[in-house]
Amino acid sequence: MNRYYWILGAFAALVALLAVGLNLNPRDVPSPLVGKSAPAFNLTVLATPDKTLGPKDMQGKVWLLNVWASWCVSCRAEHPILVEFSKKVDVPVIGLNYKEVRGDGAFDMSKMAADEEKKLAFQRANAWLSQHGDPYKLTVMDLDGRVGIDFGVYGVPETYVIDKAGIIRMKHTGPITPDILGQKIMPLLAELNK
Amino acid sequence: MIIRALIFALFLGSTAAIASSTTEAALAADPVAEKRLQGLSEELRCLVCQNQTIADSNAELAQDLRREIRGMIKDGKSDKEIIDFMVVRYGDFVLYRPPVKGITLLLWGGPVALMLLGLFVLIRYLRRRATRIADDQPLSADETSRADALLKETTPK
Repeated sequence: MNRYYWILGAFAALVALLAVGLNLNPRDVPSPLVGKSAPAFNLTVLATPDKTLGPKDMQGKVWLLNVWASWCVSCRAEHPILVEFSKKVDVPVIGLNYKEVRGDGAFDMSKMAADEEKKLAFQRANAWLSQHGDPYKLTVMDLDGRVGIDFGVYGVPETYVIDKAGIIRMKHTGPITPDILGQKIMPLLAELNK
Repeated sequence: MIIRALIFALFLGSTAAIASSTTEAALAADPVAEKRLQGLSEELRCLVCQNQTIADSNAELAQDLRREIRGMIKDGKSDKEIIDFMVVRYGDFVLYRPPVKGITLLLWGGPVALMLLGLFVLIRYLRRRATRIADDQPLSADETSRADALLKETTPK
């Protein structure tokens, strides 16, 4: 009889292991950038194309970096939450528009000139923001996705919480939900802004 | 039949198109660099389609990362520098062969530990069986005659 308990126990342990494993989100890859300085960049600002912005300009402020694009379907889902956030909370959100044109499968990039891509990207980004609301203090344009690579972006939308010293304190991959905002981001912002 | 042939032709055509779009990019310039790119990208996981390497994946991000690697090879970066570049951005998860450290101990040691456990159980079982067999006493004369009697009773005619 004893050995059957053994087998039953081993089976239960296996089930427990699989249950935990299957409930983990494989998309939730811990970012090695958390706890490190935000990678430097210097990108064109959507509203003022003659100006650029980088993490250095945000030094001394707690801010959010939100990676988005008009072709990104989940961005549409999280957008109202960001708009609401920007109205209520005094924490600047900087938009990082990620591969506005070339990320959209609809274009054949081998046939598009660089300035044409740029023009189209600005047009599309502006149109999207005026249609869905603009929660961003500023949006910068990462046309070729190089800055995205530096931030380890692999699925838009992504959101980074960056502290006054320019250190990334949190990364969220995927759309922000009210739960994540209320339970994770808001408490962290409050703590960082103390 | 004709429809099947058509579908097959379509399938062939589509795979050929995919193959040409990747090889086209891969044929760039220097074959030695391309070989390094191939080797490196087979070590790296594509984060979008997580069970594919950057070499296999046709996802946008994989294409971008192949482009980055190609650039770094051109700049004379070593393999280690290129792998580090990826790890700094995407973490150990990007490596198809994760490094041995505290958090990956179960991953690396688990199969070995399970095998040792299995061996242990198997050996214990075999030994016990061996002693059990050795301990078995042959039937006594009395028992033999009783068994014979029982067998005779039930033997079908």
